[in-house]
Amino acid sequence: MASENVKVFTDANFGDEVKNGVVLVDFWATWCAPCRRLAPIVDQLAEEHNGKLTVAKVDIDENPMTPSRFMVRGIPTLLLFKNGDLKETIVGLETKDRLNQIIAKHL
Amino acid sequence: MSTERQVIIIGSGPAGLTAALYAARANLKPLVIEGIEAGGQLMLTTMVENWPGYRDGIMGPDLMTELRAQAERFGAEIIQGDVSSVELSTRPFTVNVDKTHYTAQALIVATGASAKWLDLGVDKKLSGRGVSTCATCDGFFFKGLPVAVVGGGDTAMEEAIYLSKLATKVTVIHRRDELRASKVMQDKAFSTPNISFLWNKEVVDIKDVDQGKVTSLVLRDTQTGEKSEIDVDGVFIGIGHVPNTALFKGQLAMHDNGYLKTHGGSRTSVPGVFAAGDVQDHVYRQAVTAAGSGCMAAIDAERFLSGTLHESHQTASAHG
Repeated sequence: MASENVKVFTDANFGDEVKNGVVLVDFWATWCAPCRRLAPIVDQLAEEHNGKLTVAKVDIDENPMTPSRFMVRGIPTLLLFKNGDLKETIVGLETKDRLNQIIAKHL
Repeated sequence: MSTERQVIIIGSGPAGLTAALYAARANLKPLVIEGIEAGGQLMLTTMVENWPGYRDGIMGPDLMTELRAQAERFGAEIIQGDVSSVELSTRPFTVNVDKTHYTAQALIVATGASAKWLDLGVDKKLSGRGVSTCATCDGFFFKGLPVAVVGGGDTAMEEAIYLSKLATKVTVIHRRDELRASKVMQDKAFSTPNISFLWNKEVVDIKDVDQGKVTSLVLRDTQTGEKSEIDVDGVFIGIGHVPNTALFKGQLAMHDNGYLKTHGGSRTSVPGVFAAGDVQDHVYRQAVTAAGSGCMAAIDAERFLSGTLHESHQTASAHG
């Protein structure tokens, strides 16, 4: 479903995966309508910043621990990490332009 | 890049897609720019029981999928994207989506309305941290926890009923002593054992920003001014909507509350620009009235393009 540039993170590998570089993680669920709206935008971001930005998704139904660790209590939520540190929390739908502005600050 | 159209429709809720259906069937090859909240408010609802023709109800997202497919079947082109600006002072009108410019001889505005926040400042800070305007999106996070719903209309009751299946206890906080919701929704809410009501109370603060999550709400009694506090893990806001009209400020006439002014059917203050759905309706705000006004806007746009839309309402209806 997602673009091949988008990785899938789980509770098991999350910590390791966000350790290096700039990583944007999309917390979503199959039943979340706004998440479906955000998905193509996240795919496009992955494509456009390929090589500079790692883009990944976490299905919150299958991976309850990671959202709870980062106090995610609403979806869609995007978290942006740089070398393991949480830099940005973006809750709800945003336009691609707005997301690009936020990402640009960290690339 | 520039693409000229006969009609562009901004928005893809019931109003926008019905306008697209009628415009497509009139061979106008409409372009629909769906917007960030594609599908509109119904995408965030569950069972819609008042859409005519579905005696057992239909799920909001399913209804929008059907409407979309129906509009596409007759040739409407629907694209993703969020309009960043419009230029309505000259025709063709220009609609900008990021760096792409679209032009059209007629425009139908169906940008709808979005959920209203409490205006406390703190509610936006705790958005995604326990404050939500979408029970179907975020209810999941409050399984086995107490939550509150703010509001007394149909939206608030629907949220409360949905959340009652997940949360231990749902407290509805309403600033008056009776609900505005329809009788059916009121009866459902009153008969749900774990939904309770706090009347004549308004939320004056949400705690706790420092902890980065919702822990309690500070309430004020609207009659006595007395303050109280209620412990909850989540608060869902269902106090109404604000029209999405920021794009049109200074270009289309609006009421004081921000809704677009229309006259003679769906006409706005700019000839050739029509409005449909919640963006111009602060009275009925139903899916079916939105769809009905979308139909009106498409017919008005078609007549405008063929030069048969006349300024007086009587003359226009004589053509009907």
